Amino acid sequence: MKLYFKFFTIHLKSQMQYKVTFILNIFGRIIMSFATVAGVLFMFTRFNEVEGFTVSQTLLCTSVVSMAFSFAEVFARGFDIFPRLLANGEFDRALVRPRGIIFQVLASHIEFLRLGIFIQALLVLCYAIPNSGILWSWDKILTLFLMISCGGVVFFGLYIVYASFSFFTTEGLEFMNILIYGGREFGRYPYSVYGGGVLKFLTYVVPLALFQYYPLLYLLDRAQTVFYMFAPLISVPFIIPCYIFFRVGLRRYKSTGS
Amino acid sequence: MKQYLSLFRIRFINGLQYRTAALAGLSTQFAWGFMEILAFSAFYRANPDAFPMEFAHLVSYVWIQEAFLALFMPYGVGGNIVETIVSGNISYDLARPMDLYSRWFFETIAERLSRTVLRCAPILLVAFILPPPFGMSLPSNFSQFLMFLVSVPTAAFAVTAYCLLDYMSAFYTMNRYNVIFVILADFLGGGYIPIPFFPEPFRKFAELLPFAAMQNMPLRIFSGDITGTDALRGIGLQVFWVAVMIICGKMLMKHSLKRVVTQGG
Repeated sequence: MKLYFKFFTIHLKSQMQYKVTFILNIFGRIIMSFATVAGVLFMFTRFNEVEGFTVSQTLLCTSVVSMAFSFAEVFARGFDIFPRLLANGEFDRALVRPRGIIFQVLASHIEFLRLGIFIQALLVLCYAIPNSGILWSWDKILTLFLMISCGGVVFFGLYIVYASFSFFTTEGLEFMNILIYGGREFGRYPYSVYGGGVLKFLTYVVPLALFQYYPLLYLLDRAQTVFYMFAPLISVPFIIPCYIFFRVGLRRYKSTGS
Repeated sequence: MKQYLSLFRIRFINGLQYRTAALAGLSTQFAWGFMEILAFSAFYRANPDAFPMEFAHLVSYVWIQEAFLALFMPYGVGGNIVETIVSGNISYDLARPMDLYSRWFFETIAERLSRTVLRCAPILLVAFILPPPFGMSLPSNFSQFLMFLVSVPTAAFAVTAYCLLDYMSAFYTMNRYNVIFVILADFLGGGYIPIPFFPEPFRKFAELLPFAAMQNMPLRIFSGDITGTDALRGIGLQVFWVAVMIICGKMLMKHSLKRVVTQGG
């Protein structure tokens, strides 16, 4: 942990070397991620609600998913560019070092620029929290916290799966994008909007809805069961099969030779 | 012209190397298109009267957008141009007896085309076969289809000319990514939600911007959202913006090459 913290500060310092560029880039990313929000707002100027969700309630979803995503994007950057690490042989060097592989991949890259999305999501959240008509109490604050943190874990798992696939193909596989970037883009609306089939898939196969849709029902008092409040926690074990998949890939890894 | 053709062939064959990747990309785009349509259909159910396009038109819009994604997207193509500018390799290109602007223009168009050719056919095929609410329909008459055929290359030119302006800004900023350039074109060109869904006074304004000359026009002509003289006027506006952006690009090129400084060996 201490070592990771050291890497953390090194990455932070190196990325802060060009401060103006850094700030401009973060700013650009904030603007960029506002496009999704603008899309939602535009839709809701025409339609007052969708599936019974108002605009602020939808924005609550948007920001929770974006925040969870940006956590994973900042810290799982090493897995994001993993195909590149494999292709240029950097990964081979990691294999001979006396530290855990996962640790090394994690510590190799931390992308603070991606915090732009986080900042944007925070702003949207600040707007959505008072306007969503939710009566905030301690259990609901806890639910919101669970939604964001567990969501981060799920996205993290998806990045690991993405990286694991490249053991088999050496190339990054684009179809994971539908789960990672699609999960974020389509998470701008409550997942129930997409109909029962999609919702089931996102509940039982890739548990994106567990930290978004179900706890949202709890927040809005549409479902009183405590079960929905803790639904995000059920999504956390998703990381285990992801990890196993990574190990399986690692076992049959052959160097690209570069 | 011959050199551009051979360049096209190289890129095309290169693209064919990654068939698995193309297949994976296809499935992604299918899923993406489906999710978009499902989201819009939820809004349609909520209030059909507030829906600014016919639903069938919207479905065609989404599928054509997915099919021609690589042709119209304002990102991800021609990144090597910025690379040559930043790295200084541009000095080699300047020594070659070719107009650099035209060369870049043809290069990016070729790259866009080769990627599109690989992907569009299967997407279009399946989109036609799909059952009614999700299936795509052909344009209502032949003249509409003809206008679509004119509008597609014009839109591709518009997006390419725009991207070149973006890349050439690297002459001044030495910055690799201009996310704001990209996002403006994507959003205002109807990449996130079609322009008819924009709120009213803003929509009229957006229709006149150069971004509306990009994917917006061909997609809406194909789907039948814009017909007859409106479509012709739209194509006219497209041609106008393409001309403006190419002229601006050439001028910018001239200006920036005057002050280009290449460092060292």
